[in-house]
Amino acid sequence: MSTKLKLFAVMSLLLPMLIACGGSAPATDGSATNGSATDVSPTTAADSQPASDSASGGAKTYVLVPKNLGNPYFDTANKGAQEAAQELSVTVTYQGSAAADATQQIQLLNSLIAQNVNGLAISANDADALVPVGKSAIDAGIPVVTWDSSIAEGGRTVHINQAVSADIAAIQIKMASELAGGSGKIAILSATSTAPNQNEWIALMQEELKKPEYANLELVETVYGDDQDEKSYTEAQGLMTKYPDLKVIIAPTTVGIAASARAVQDAGKIGTVFVTGLGTPNQMREYVKSGASPQFALWNPADLGYLAIHALHAIASGQIEGKPGDSFSAGRLGQYTIADDGTILLGPPTVFNSDNIDSFDF
Amino acid sequence: MSTKRLHNFWTKWRWECLLVLLIVVVAFVNARASNYFLNSTNLLRMTSDFIEIGILILPMTFIIVTGNIDLSIASTLALSASLMGYLFMSGWNIWLAAGVALLVSICAGLLNGVLIARLKLPALVVTLGTLSFYRGLAYALLGDQAARGYPPEFTYLGQGTIGSTRIPFALLIFIVLALAFGLVLHKTRFGRYLYAIGNNKDASRYAGVPVDRILITIYVLSSVVAALAGFILAARFGSTRPDIGLGLELSVITITVLGGVSIFGGSGTLVGVVLALILVAILRFGMGLMNLQGQVQDIVIGMLLIVSILLPTLIERFRHTWHWQPRMLWQSLAALLVLVLFISFFFWSRSLILFR
Repeated sequence: MSTKLKLFAVMSLLLPMLIACGGSAPATDGSATNGSATDVSPTTAADSQPASDSASGGAKTYVLVPKNLGNPYFDTANKGAQEAAQELSVTVTYQGSAAADATQQIQLLNSLIAQNVNGLAISANDADALVPVGKSAIDAGIPVVTWDSSIAEGGRTVHINQAVSADIAAIQIKMASELAGGSGKIAILSATSTAPNQNEWIALMQEELKKPEYANLELVETVYGDDQDEKSYTEAQGLMTKYPDLKVIIAPTTVGIAASARAVQDAGKIGTVFVTGLGTPNQMREYVKSGASPQFALWNPADLGYLAIHALHAIASGQIEGKPGDSFSAGRLGQYTIADDGTILLGPPTVFNSDNIDSFDF
Repeated sequence: MSTKRLHNFWTKWRWECLLVLLIVVVAFVNARASNYFLNSTNLLRMTSDFIEIGILILPMTFIIVTGNIDLSIASTLALSASLMGYLFMSGWNIWLAAGVALLVSICAGLLNGVLIARLKLPALVVTLGTLSFYRGLAYALLGDQAARGYPPEFTYLGQGTIGSTRIPFALLIFIVLALAFGLVLHKTRFGRYLYAIGNNKDASRYAGVPVDRILITIYVLSSVVAALAGFILAARFGSTRPDIGLGLELSVITITVLGGVSIFGGSGTLVGVVLALILVAILRFGMGLMNLQGQVQDIVIGMLLIVSILLPTLIERFRHTWHWQPRMLWQSLAALLVLVLFISFFFWSRSLILFR
């Protein structure tokens, strides 16, 4: 009998605690008391805000959904999105799943659709798998703008294209030509030999090299670092050994470009071999300053987030329908028109060099 | 007499009662915290996020009850869905493709079962190996491509609703399967054999239980059910990539253990497992509505699992010790501290993330 009593005692001790602690959150909703409870009450207020707002037709609430959380690239996009939110007097929340996984992202999107938010700006983890959930958002009257990585047609209203492959290829050849002084040997250090975006860029770069102004540039080899730091480093070293008069290494991958720059720096070849390609300011800052990689390019994710929210607001507030040919103003970035394939092109990639790199943090 | 019956009921369904209580608490908190929780459209839409996990926990319960484990279910799911997608993209009829994928899943289950039952290899190691093997095969089939363009009569499996209602068709599949698995586990000789194997494999063998055949059967069953879940997931996505359902086995095992199935085998009920599924589903959905970030949700589920293992151990100690000892005071205080820390972390993280 007494065992049961003890058992009961434990249960009765633990459970009301759970109930009390769990229940206290909504209970403190109205009364803003001091102390630890204040941590709780404003959050609950923030939760209920979108509800009343969307119902009364006041300030709109949009959600910026990255592929996953804890990625500086997406955090930078959020900065741009918040900038747009301020200009437009709307609320933009930043919600993502723990892992870059379609199943988790769909679960998150379902909970956002359930909350009846005014619009979704999504970087999709899977173009096809997210079509049904995107469609059900649109059916529920929630416009879907995709950015960075699109949802296939049918599951989105519009897609913001960060850059077209031709522009990405052209800017890299242009940077390489500037660094090589117009003539000399160049090489490409790519990610994996099967990566479709890499191969498309490499093919377009080869096309670009056929232009007369690049006639004196010679592409000697394309090597693959598999997007691993060590392998990329070794491959870059190999290129420098094999071609002593090599002038430029183009690495259209963020892992490869940093590893190559480090290889050049370690080999003491700063000023003879230059590295360029696609990279992020935070990883390349050191090499821009040392001269191993004086300039590289990438689209600016902050602009991407900024444009996504402007496009979303234009659609959600009824200024445009989101159909091809529709045109809207995106604050500091100017006027944009939706192309025939339902996409909006952000513009040419941004070139980062010693003049501007310190104003970026991603 | 009545107290005795109550006592019997309590000892038999203790864990299930606790889960029901937790479900009520979580539902109550959710309803207070969000206006969107008690909304039939939202709740029904939310179920679709948990159907595949729900289907997979059924055979997983069988396997864990026998004291074994199947880590390869999510990979088998991916292999079947990818093979179906691959054949469909090569011009096959979708149902024919699904049929062939189902046959291959039987082979996958046979391989697991034979290695474990006949060659007496540890289930953990065997299925850890096939976890990589089957997933690798899925990648070999589809590479970085996606199979897409499934016909509407197939995507109905994952996206369709029954008639003009909003009840997902897949939910019906789950309910039928859950009832079938529950009946087999609790009302048939086969079910009793599963518990017997879990309690003592050698004794069961001497008592004439066909242990090997039963183990092979449940591993094949597990793979076939995984293939079915794969079809539903592919239908819900309208496409298949080889990374489909990556890491799903961990959620499945978490829920099964949370449902009161001992990882050492021999105990647990299907009712408990289904209740644990409901608990995790509404907990996740509620946290989603409160806009808690994914990492925080994972932490909460993890803590719940730890507490769920801690709690029965504590209860067992109290049951078997007649006298109160000072040592027990410390243990229960430690448990309380963990709980308090967990709850304060929950609300702290919530405000932290929302204020960022």
